[in-house]
Amino acid sequence: MTGRTLYDKIWEQHVVADFEGGDNLLYVDRHLVQEVSSPQAFAYLRQNNLPLRRPDLHIAVADHAVPTRRKGHPFADGLAKRQVERLRENVETHGIAYMPMNGDRHGIVHVIGPETGFTLPGCTLVCGDSHTSTHGAFGCIAFGIGASECASVFATQTIRQARQKTMRVNLDGGLPVGVTVKDVILALIAEIGTGGGVGYAIEYAGSTIRDLSMEARMTLCNMTIEAGSRVGMVAPDETTFTYLKGRPLSPEGEMWERAVAAWSDLKSDEDAVFDREITFDTSTLEPQVSWGTTPEQTGAISGVVPDPDRIADRGRASRVRKSLAYMGLTPGTRLNDIPVDRVFIGSCTNGRLEDLRAAAAVLKGRQVAQSVRAIAVPGSAAVRIAAEAEGLHEVFLAAGFEWRDSGCSMCVAMNDDRLEEGERCASTSNRNFEGRQGKGGRTHLMSPQMAAAAAVTGRLSDVRELL
Amino acid sequence: MEKFTRITSIAAPLLENAIDTDIIFPARFLLLLDREGLGKYAFNEWRGEGFVLDTPPYDTAQILVTGENFGTGSSREQAVWTLADKGIRCVVARSFGEIFYSNCFKNGVLPVRLTGADMDAVEAAAEAQEPLTVDLEDRCIRLPDGRTIAFDIADHHRRALLAGLDEVGTILADHAESIARHEERRRASAPWLDLPQAKLDALAEESA
Repeated sequence: MTGRTLYDKIWEQHVVADFEGGDNLLYVDRHLVQEVSSPQAFAYLRQNNLPLRRPDLHIAVADHAVPTRRKGHPFADGLAKRQVERLRENVETHGIAYMPMNGDRHGIVHVIGPETGFTLPGCTLVCGDSHTSTHGAFGCIAFGIGASECASVFATQTIRQARQKTMRVNLDGGLPVGVTVKDVILALIAEIGTGGGVGYAIEYAGSTIRDLSMEARMTLCNMTIEAGSRVGMVAPDETTFTYLKGRPLSPEGEMWERAVAAWSDLKSDEDAVFDREITFDTSTLEPQVSWGTTPEQTGAISGVVPDPDRIADRGRASRVRKSLAYMGLTPGTRLNDIPVDRVFIGSCTNGRLEDLRAAAAVLKGRQVAQSVRAIAVPGSAAVRIAAEAEGLHEVFLAAGFEWRDSGCSMCVAMNDDRLEEGERCASTSNRNFEGRQGKGGRTHLMSPQMAAAAAVTGRLSDVRELL
Repeated sequence: MEKFTRITSIAAPLLENAIDTDIIFPARFLLLLDREGLGKYAFNEWRGEGFVLDTPPYDTAQILVTGENFGTGSSREQAVWTLADKGIRCVVARSFGEIFYSNCFKNGVLPVRLTGADMDAVEAAAEAQEPLTVDLEDRCIRLPDGRTIAFDIADHHRRALLAGLDEVGTILADHAESIARHEERRRASAPWLDLPQAKLDALAEESA
């Protein structure tokens, strides 16, 4: 018998029943609940007079719709306020632990899951949000689901799923100075396309991975959905265990020892066969920026805006033409000549302490360009508190950044932080879709240090020149 | 859920690749709490003169024909609700975003994957404003010139749409015991996955 992959091992441990045709009924160990995808799922319970089966396996937080200027500011958007209040009412009705907006445990679901120790290796974890892939960094099967599937988890603690094919992405060669895991994943998506991972669960392996912090692994798994794959994973190791030890919901004492012993076996067998395997050399990568309206439309900062007339594939050429029209860009323009109006540092992709440190290292002793408005939004209250303890907020504020409270903020245009029509933003978020940061807004995706460099120079810039 | 057996309609051609969920249903409308009446926000930023779904006769089309990776991006089920509310019952594409694809089956919308000459024929019929018949029982699309194009669909997806099945109800009816047994097994093999209520309460309290 050939070996099994990490994904297959965890999957098999969670199968409750088999269906004809190969689907499984999968047990869900963890469900993160937020305000956007839950109201209709709670309504389903009400309409069908069903209880929520295991409230103890859920935690809830409002992140998408909350304002990030809170102290001394009213909740201005009536619709957003109502959505957050609805979440609170629903979780009280069903007895789910809730992290309120002004508390010290508030944050983006994908930041607080790991931070609280709710996310653990070997578990299955879901959330009505596609960036749930983030949690796979801990060696669990974590994926985004729709609202109907949220209702299934509420009522049954299971969902019917088809097992994915498996893909291993070997990242080798380490990271050059000024290059981060965000550049790695953007370059990977540019290579395999936003459809490249559809149907696969991706496991990241290779020498570059083993040296990555948990924060960096989360960034990598987070963006996996932008390659079309719902699941990104990294096998747990000492880095994982060190991160989790002592978190509020992590196991303790003898239970901790038992858990670590079990988690230490969570890896793909030597002779495991993946349905697809690719190797990606990270040693020669440059910092990346997106120039279009899909994450695969990305290139090295030393490059130029591509010319659709030189693209042979008609479908691709037409998509590039449309993207450039929306982005207001001309073929041949050097990427580092593109001016920006706004800078956003934050999100479930890059709103963690390490990200803020990296940006602050570039900003220290420098000023945001006069033409630029820049905000830094910690991914959680805990990140904000830790950043303030080491004085990072002073670096951001002295440079001319606004320093905000936790939330999804300008990653998604459904709260007060958004782009105006035609504004161009250097952003550490995950999606550059049309209108994603606000109607008519133009997004360039990049790493935190690249966003800091853009803030200082007022244009897309190669951060290596500032290091 | 509304059943799907067979529909006949002209098909609106929206022949672009990677139309994402933020285009189908812009994020700011996610603040709405109800799933009814969302059709008016479909493709909001693209609507108006020149947009295919605002151009008769396509404004009443029940079939949408589009390119690769339709529905890529977020998990928002609103992307399906908005299409269904607008009267779109079937989306024919070269490929789909995964979460969008699975959300369709929960809402009486049939996603059909076609490629090559089959897709070319459907695109041509859509552009010629010819009515197509999508027959889920026979798993095929019939063109007015008599050609029949077969499509693949998982058996249980087909059955769920044909019967308008509620998946949650079915799981509770058929698998309640297996779920309880799994929880027993889990308690023995991975007891750390059960979270003590005291820890959860402490976390919520610490937050307040």
